[in-house]
Formats: sequence, structure tokens, C-alpha cells
Amino acid sequence: MNAPDRPPQKPRGNKPGSRPLDLKNGRVDMSHGAGGRAMAQLIEDLFVGEFDNELLNREHDAAMFNLPPGRVVMSTDSFVISPLFFPGGDIGSLAVHGTVNDLSMAGAKPYYLTAGFIIEEGFPLSDLAEIVKSMAAAAKDAGVSIVTGDTKVVERGHGDGVFINTAGVGVVRDGVDVCGDLAQPGDKILVNGTLGDHGVAVMSKRENLSFTTAIESDSQDLGDLVSDMLDAVPDIHVLRDPTRGGLAATLNEIAHQSGVGIELSEDAIPVRPEVKSACELLGLDPLYVANEGKLIAICPADKADALLAAMQTHPKGKDAAIVGEVLQDARCFVRMKTQLGGTRMVDWLAGEQLPRIC
Amino acid sequence: MCHAIPAKVLALGDDGMADVELEGVIKEVSLDLVDGVELGDYVILHVGYALAKLDPEEAQKTLKLFAEMGAAVNDGAPA
Amino acid sequence: MKYVEEFRDAELAKGLAAAIKAEAAPDRIYKFMEFCGGHTHALARYGVEDLLPKNVHMIHGPGCPVCVLPVGRVDEAVALATQHDVILCTYADLMRVPGTKYESLIKARSKGADVRMVYSTIDALNIAQDNPDREVVFFAIGFETTTPPTAVAIKQAQKLGLNNFSVYCNHVLTPAAMRAILGAHTPEGAPPQERNHVVLDGFVGPAHVSAVIGTEPYEEFTRDYQKPVVIAGFEPLDVMQSILQLIRQTNDGRADVENEYARAVTPDGNVKAQKLVDEVFEVRDEFSWRGLGAVPLSALKIRTAFAAFDAELRFNVDVPDPKENKLCECGPILRGEKNPVDCSLFGTSCTPDNPMGACMVSSEGACAAHWTYGRFRTELELEDSA
Repeated sequence: MNAPDRPPQKPRGNKPGSRPLDLKNGRVDMSHGAGGRAMAQLIEDLFVGEFDNELLNREHDAAMFNLPPGRVVMSTDSFVISPLFFPGGDIGSLAVHGTVNDLSMAGAKPYYLTAGFIIEEGFPLSDLAEIVKSMAAAAKDAGVSIVTGDTKVVERGHGDGVFINTAGVGVVRDGVDVCGDLAQPGDKILVNGTLGDHGVAVMSKRENLSFTTAIESDSQDLGDLVSDMLDAVPDIHVLRDPTRGGLAATLNEIAHQSGVGIELSEDAIPVRPEVKSACELLGLDPLYVANEGKLIAICPADKADALLAAMQTHPKGKDAAIVGEVLQDARCFVRMKTQLGGTRMVDWLAGEQLPRIC
Repeated sequence: MCHAIPAKVLALGDDGMADVELEGVIKEVSLDLVDGVELGDYVILHVGYALAKLDPEEAQKTLKLFAEMGAAVNDGAPA
Repeated sequence: MKYVEEFRDAELAKGLAAAIKAEAAPDRIYKFMEFCGGHTHALARYGVEDLLPKNVHMIHGPGCPVCVLPVGRVDEAVALATQHDVILCTYADLMRVPGTKYESLIKARSKGADVRMVYSTIDALNIAQDNPDREVVFFAIGFETTTPPTAVAIKQAQKLGLNNFSVYCNHVLTPAAMRAILGAHTPEGAPPQERNHVVLDGFVGPAHVSAVIGTEPYEEFTRDYQKPVVIAGFEPLDVMQSILQLIRQTNDGRADVENEYARAVTPDGNVKAQKLVDEVFEVRDEFSWRGLGAVPLSALKIRTAFAAFDAELRFNVDVPDPKENKLCECGPILRGEKNPVDCSLFGTSCTPDNPMGACMVSSEGACAAHWTYGRFRTELELEDSA
């Protein structure tokens, strides 16, 4: 970092005349978003306290930094998931994973994140603290820092607990050019593991669908897996994470962007038995269910085996599989050889019925 | 809409409800439409209700029939 | 998944495909109608038609209760949600069905109506109990499979003394619809002995409707119209086996009711469920079906003994004159007379994202199934023949 020398940081802690945040029983109120002392305390004690990094600790409105040389990649995302806490994660960890994965899908190493919170009046501080702690842990794990943020509070009934918006910045290494429009006929399509876990885990907590399952969200940072993959095969053509709309939506997007067709093999697509059965019970198709720790990789056919091997040696890719290939097709259809031996379309218009999945 | 799926009865409640299991996923459903359901039975589920008991013997018979149909063609014999 | 995966086995499918090919006489065309939307969905989702010989045609029937719901009934449900402060509970499939002027429940919700998706009538009852000062209306649709759960709900509401729960009843009857279809294909005023000139060669009978009503109700079709009916389970191998049995019957000149789904369907069906339905509901004189028009004795209404739970008696609504798009071919498609691609709206202004008619809204509707799973096949065939 090329920043000039700064004076030592002011000691943090209770300002004279203020009571500590009641993280056990307290609630967010309108003063926490008003820009005054209460907001400053919330930010300092909770956000800065947990996210704790050099840039953020300076408590300026904006973060100033240099990046290593290379193409800069930026992404943004908003998180409105309901419920806020689900098996395998919460809106906080999801926010970090979602953002760093967007950057990784561009072939970039993520460095810095922003975090904007829109909190509903009355939201329990204990829940907020848990979310922030979770974000901090996820960020540390992913090797990124949350360096600037914003806090707003809206009146009761005008929000839904909390919404989080993020932006992320990363740098792409030389020799890597990954983009949705680069799929070529003949390329192979790979995924790093089982599909549909996140959607099913979240659905299992929706009141009107009550079913019990041990399935947890797959929400995780994919940065180190992607790094290993690019080491093994630098000329991967496409990387994308199949979030809302699942594998089906993402492959249709890519097919259209690249002007190609795709053929999948149903037998090759990894889906946990519990996810299959939960989908059967609810009348859903796992191909359309959201994932938060999975990626699709499209690479030249002669590199597919090497890529698969690299993925399978990484813990986040142990169930990786080659699931299909790219074809010449001006109509950009995505089709699938079914487990029965027939063929069907995997169209992107049959979208997910359930809202607020991410 | 008539989508229905067989699931195994794991536990019987006393209020006409039961826990059924499908590959590790557990759901509470109503047995109000079917009598004589016991633990370990398979029931056909539809919109939260068991509609019928699945007959395991008939299921095996049907699978055997499928196999026989296919085999008869391979043998060259008219089915 | 036990009793599921075994019925999707690829090797067994190959065997059945070979058997079908061996027995289908090459010099004729077979036309079978799968009545039930669930079968339409199974055919499409597994690509079963790729395994059938070209001279075996599957005609998609009207067994999709979402698809046959008349526009006027959709309008009334929307009106219930918007003109009264009710909590309208509905199965997910109904949310996007377009009514007159393309109003739908999902659009009504976006304008502030309290419309909630439920998986089961049990959820609707729970909502009624949790909200004693709100009126809760359950939008009931479905064939004989889905009617018993509604009957249970009404009896349960009575037992609990719920005075804020009612049902908007649109349950319909399968045999009546089959009669209407077969009637539509019979030459006008043809005497009984000429009824075997009907275009269809036979029916793949519904799976779970039959689990409830048994096999006996189909005897009249085999008798009066001399057309075989094979009741089939929902898995792809069930459907293939049933097609094989239909081909055999057609070749032999037989017209029998056969039960391929013996693991769930008995000749008498679910008597307990039938009795419950009979206790709570009675047959309407007439009911209008999308695509089939007015069909006598084809639908159910709530008996006077349970009038307290009848939303049609409890609420008055203001609805426009029901109108359907003039170019919409849902009617002929539901009757098996036309294919989705024969409709000028198909794929142009009518898509699953923007459905003009019910055949496109429900994933079991012939148009949605073809669009989602099958349209590429037509294009590939066109390409191959070019």
C-alpha cells in the first residue's frame, strides 16, 4: 500500500456520555440511521469493530487504495433473502460469498468489498450482530476486506429486517480472458458439485412449505477453487455461478451470449438424493433451483479432463463432473439427454416460483 | 396438478397426521383420507394428504412386466 | 427414491420401446390421448416421444384443471381478492393464469391484494385460525384427486367452528370431460353403433384420479365408444407400458379397461375419499370448461349443509363479461383437435412468460409443455427435412 504515513489511530471504545450498544436486547431505531452519535456508535462498535481492517478503521467516507497491476473487475449485488438465517448461512455470509464469487467468475482475485445496510426500525441488534460477525468471518476466510459501507434505517413496515447491498473489486491475472460470450462449439461444460442445495435449504425454512431436511446451503467462496482451475487450464472460456434460476437460467444466458447451443446429459448432473426428493415433493426441477457455492466452467474439449482433475482435487470440487457440451446451434437451444434416453429442452423461461431465494 | 409421489411412513401422530419420508426429506401429512396405514407403509402423497397406500407386491409385478416385455422382443418371440 | 426411480430405468425403457416398435403395425397411425396433464408433463420431461415410433401419436388431453378453468371463474377469484378484504389462498399453479384483460392473481397481489400461495388446504386452515378477524378464502380447483383434500378441509373447518373460512369451489369431474371429448369427435347425431368412428384410438387413463375413483367409471367408454382405456402411473415406464397395451388392444380390436397402475389403483378406488366428497359436494347441472364449453354434470358445488363455507354464497363480486383472446386456440387444443403450433399466437405473443391462454400458463398445458420441452424437436425435424 502506497499511502503516506498517518498519525496513530484514535483509541476506540465508549465515547464519554454514551452507553454501550445493547447487543443482547437492543433494537435498531431511527436514530441509528440519522447520522448522529447513535449511528456513529453503531458503525464503530459493530461494523468497524467486526470488519476490522486498516482501510475501514480510518472511518473515512470512502476507502482509498491501490491495486496490483492488471485489469480491474468490479461487481455489485443486493441481498434480500428471506429468511435471513438459513441452514448453512445467513444474509451476511451470503452477501460476501455472492460478491466474491461474481469477481471470481470474471477470473479475478477479489480484494475489497463495500457493504451497505438498509435496516428496518425494530430489527434486533443481536440478529444484526450475528449477521455482521458472519460477514466478517466470511470475508476473512475469502481473504477480502470490507473497506467502506453505508447504513440506513427505514421505518417499521417499510423494510423486511435487513437488506444488504455490496460492491466488490478485484484484479484479473494476465493470460486469463473469461467471458459469457466465449463458449465455442465443441467445448465441454463442467460443474464443481451438486446442484439445488441452496434453494432447497432456504425453502425448508419457509413456513408454508414446512419440510425437514438435513440439506444445508452450499454458500461458499469459490476464489481458491477458481485459482486452482486457472492454474491448470488458463484458457477457460466461461465461468459463471448458477444462482437464481439455477443451471438452466445460467446456461441459457451463456448460450445466447455466445450464440451457441448446449446439450446436457441428465445422468451426469450431480444432485443429492434429498434435493431430488424435496423437489419432487414441491413439484420443482433441480435444474432451476438456486445455488450459492457452485460454478459452471466451459473449456476447450481437450482440456476438460485436466480441468476436471484439478477441480476434483480441491475440497470445493470433489463432486465435480462434466455435464455437457457446446454445439453449433443458431437458435441457441439448451437441450438435455434425459435419464430415459429421450431428449428435452431446458428452457430458461420456466423460472423459479419462489421469491426471495437470494 | 395431480402430481403425487410415494413416501414412507416414519411416524404416526394421534391427530390423523403422520411423518413421511422421501429419501431423507421428512414431511408431515394428513392420513384423513386413508385407513389402516402402518409404520413402514408407502403412501401416495398429494397436496399434503395421503391418497392411497402403495401395494409393494403389485409394484414388483409391474416392474417384472416391463422386463418381460423387453425380453420378449429380444427373444424374437411375439409378445 | 423407492418406487420412483425403478420406474424411470433407461434399460427397461429401451426394452419397452423395442416392444412398442415390434407391435405397432407399420401401415397405420395410432392416436392415443393422454387425458391427464401429469402424463403430458411426463412425456415431455423425459422425452418419451423420442422413444416411440413415428406412427404412434400422443394427443394431449384437457386433464389440466388449471387449463380448463374458465376465464370467468379466474375473474371471480381475482375479484374476491381485490373487492373484498379476504386472504385468498391458492395453489401455486393458479397465480399467473390470465383472466379477462389479462388480470391474474399475481397482478392483483402486486396491486395490494392479499393473495397467498399454499401447498395444501391444511395451510389455508392454519391461516384462517391464525387470522380470526380476517376472511380466508381457499381457491379450490382440481379433478377427483384434489377434491378429497378440499372435502376434508371443509369438514375440519366445521369441526373447529371456523366462521372465517370459505371455499371457492371449481372441482371438476374426469368421466364427464372424457365423454365431452369423445362426443366432440363423434359425427353429429351418430347412432351408438357408429361411435367407433371416433378419431382417437384410445385413452391413457389418469393415474391419481383413478386411485380415488377406481377403474369402474371408465367402463362406459369402452362399452359405448368401443375405445380402450389403460390407466397409467405417472412415471415414464408406466406411460410406455400403457401405450404398448393400447397398441395391443387396438390391433386386437378390443376395448377394455386395463389397469397398469395396479400398485396404487384398485377397482373400487378410495371409498373413504369418495364418501367424504359425496358428503360435502354435489354435482352442478352444468359448468363451463375452457375449450369444451358447457359440459353437463361435470363439476361440483358445495352442498347446502355446508353452505356456511361456500364463498360463492358469502361474497358478491362484480366481474366483467368474460372474454378470451379470439385468436387463442386453447379450445381445439384441449379437445385434441389442434396442436400448439397450429395456434397463431404460439411462441409469438403467447409464451410462458406472457401467457394468453391457460394452455400456456400451466406447465402441464399442451402449449407450455411443447414450448418448454418440445419446440426444438419440431425445428430440428423441419431442418432435417429441408
